[in-house]
Amino acid sequence: MSTKPTLSDPKGPITGAEAIVRSLAAEGADLIYGYPGGAIMPVYDELYKFQDHINHILVRHEQGAAHAAQGFARVSGKVGVCIATSGPGATNLVTGIADAMIDSTPLVCITGQVPSHLLGSDAFQETDIIGISTPVTKWSYQITMVEEIPAIIAKAFYIARSGRPGPVLIDITKDAQFASADFSYQPCTRIRSYKPVPPTAETDLVQAAELINQAKNPMIVWGQGVILGQAEEEFRAFVEKSGVPAAWTILGVSAIETAHPLNVGMVGMHGNYGPNLLTNECDVLIATGMRFDDRVTGDLSTYAKQAKIIHFEIDPAEVNKNVEVDVAVMGDVKHTLAAIMPHIETKTYTEWLGRFKELDAIEFDKVIDAEINPTKSGLTMGEVIKTINANSKGDAVIVTDVGQHQMIACRYAEFVQSKSNITSGGLGTMGFALPAALGAKMGAPEREVVAVIGDGGFQMNIQELGTIFQTQAAVKIVILNNDFLGMVRQWQQLFFDKRYASTEMVNPDFVRIAEGYFIDAKRVTEREEMTAAVAEMMKSDKPYLLEVCVEKENNVFPMIPSGASVSDIRLE
Amino acid sequence: MEQKTYTISIYSENNVGLLSRVSAIFLKRHINIDSLNTSMSEIEDIFRFVIVAKLTEEQVNKIVKQIEKQIEVIKAFYHTDEETIFQESALYKVKSNSLFEQRQIQNVIKKSHANIVTVNPEFFVIEKTGFREETEQLYNELAPYGLLQFVRSGRISVTKSPMEITHILKEFSK
Ligand SMILES: Cc1ncc(C[n+]2csc(CCOP(=O)(O)OP(=O)(O)O)c2C)c(N)n1
Ligand SMILES: [Mg+2]
Repeated sequence: MSTKPTLSDPKGPITGAEAIVRSLAAEGADLIYGYPGGAIMPVYDELYKFQDHINHILVRHEQGAAHAAQGFARVSGKVGVCIATSGPGATNLVTGIADAMIDSTPLVCITGQVPSHLLGSDAFQETDIIGISTPVTKWSYQITMVEEIPAIIAKAFYIARSGRPGPVLIDITKDAQFASADFSYQPCTRIRSYKPVPPTAETDLVQAAELINQAKNPMIVWGQGVILGQAEEEFRAFVEKSGVPAAWTILGVSAIETAHPLNVGMVGMHGNYGPNLLTNECDVLIATGMRFDDRVTGDLSTYAKQAKIIHFEIDPAEVNKNVEVDVAVMGDVKHTLAAIMPHIETKTYTEWLGRFKELDAIEFDKVIDAEINPTKSGLTMGEVIKTINANSKGDAVIVTDVGQHQMIACRYAEFVQSKSNITSGGLGTMGFALPAALGAKMGAPEREVVAVIGDGGFQMNIQELGTIFQTQAAVKIVILNNDFLGMVRQWQQLFFDKRYASTEMVNPDFVRIAEGYFIDAKRVTEREEMTAAVAEMMKSDKPYLLEVCVEKENNVFPMIPSGASVSDIRLE
Repeated sequence: MEQKTYTISIYSENNVGLLSRVSAIFLKRHINIDSLNTSMSEIEDIFRFVIVAKLTEEQVNKIVKQIEKQIEVIKAFYHTDEETIFQESALYKVKSNSLFEQRQIQNVIKKSHANIVTVNPEFFVIEKTGFREETEQLYNELAPYGLLQFVRSGRISVTKSPMEITHILKEFSK
């Protein structure tokens, strides 16, 4: 038996495959997700040898590997790593890569490739993954020579995590994995043509501060940039000193706690009534680490036209992309928010904050009360989320899939700490939550992780129950089962005269499926059982699946119909 | 907003994948590239793309920002025709006997300030560099004599104002 390898620098040449694994270890990537196959087998052989240093999680589908790496990255703030073979292995990653691109999640994806002398020959499992992934990666590179490996992997991690984060794909031919070369690892700290953080102009800071100080009815909309920039403390200080009511985009939630007196709720299509309506009444709009997605703005020609707009942003391509701004404060929000503080006057806006509260009260009467305190028979999604809150005290990581349950979960979940809401925002990828929850649990094992998933989306990566079973990651899975592709059904009801084309689902027995994977499971249909079942699930220290059969044809409100103005938000 | 012809100049590190990254930016927005040329630049190891497309100013502005965002791109600029000096080259391959049998053709060549690149018993090749209208006019004049082949290059252009890439590179290395 050979002795186990250590991470100290090898004496003499090593194979490319070993260089890949040592490079990952050097970047601190001790937890990676993947699936083996021909073109990546040399790397798997090394992962076997280095298993004391790198924990490789065998998923059940490469899409699961990408989403698990995303969940890991978003809960931990580290770079997520996934690995796959050439051809179908690589193409199966693509949805996760696209999701990571649009939601700025740092990923390094490694794919095997056919030997370089076969490139372009339509060899077995050859696919042009660089070509396929180009539009959905921050950077990609094909390695054909063993000598390139450490420097390129170092570059990949640097690009993935720096500036506005994003996914990087490194495709490595099999001959480069087999060949040998000397190895030494130097982290990458600079690339000549790449400036991750644009410089901040002092004049912009001063101008922004002037606008903020002179404002009568200012409002902040913050996004994931605050979390990605690890600027939660700076942001809180800015909000509290300026006294400005602050609303969040779906990816920004949890950067400051739900109960904060200046937290006025969510903007966007299914956001809160107050912040959406008052977007069109504020005099200064302070966009912080957000990108004016169309789901946030609705019709651009009627979006905040009355307001002066300030944009704190790291990515120059986002400035004036969707909304013309008056002052762009470029740079990393951790730096810019701290730098603007000396210029900011301490203020409170009692009357203006009162407007948000009035509108909250209207929303509560018309929408929220019936959703979280229902009196009619038939469970609502909102009361399930409320019960989860009560059990978690807001301290759980909530991972959601895509659909009605996502909107309800993000609207009603309560948070007390950052990096606690993980959802597929920009791409809206059904099938995201189950693998992402696994990644989140492994990235923050001390935290409670609850995946809230629809009956539709659950079946899009249902196979990852196998990974959850094998790893015993104690993910809590709540299926909010309405036997419908609910969000699409809602649109059919409202905009297509109730023609429910292909949205009704005849579902399997989810509990028996979970049991097939030896995962504890329960189904509830009544209110009394639901409360007890949620508590039981939350107490468990093992993976647990709870299917809650909810009302089939409930709708999510408020709603800004697609293409309408934020002012046209509907309560029913 | 009004569409205009814009020339986009990109300075970049040489990279196999960059061409497809740049063209993907146009593809994603359903915009046609009228011409594209890549070459070395005035700085060692730095490459230059010249892309011509009909765009609104708003579009070209956003596209250039997306191009600059690519890791290997050092800097991208856009300019209108008035702000650049630009040329295209065209080659015309014609049967040799028409050169001797039709005296007219010699006048056409002379008048257009085109160069004869090569002559052999079967064919001869004319080269003309200039604006699009000039190479097109020569095309129309030669067509009646039978063109065996015709090809025109992408636009190459330099700007009237300086681009200061050396300076920008210094900034990057700070
Ligand atoms: C991969 C993918 N395919 C299709 C869609 C379109 N889509 C958005 S929400 C939705 C319905 C989701 O149904 P379900 O998972 O049951 O959640 P519900 O809305 O019922 O809560 C669909 C089909 C999508 N977002 N992602
Ligand atoms: Mg459903």
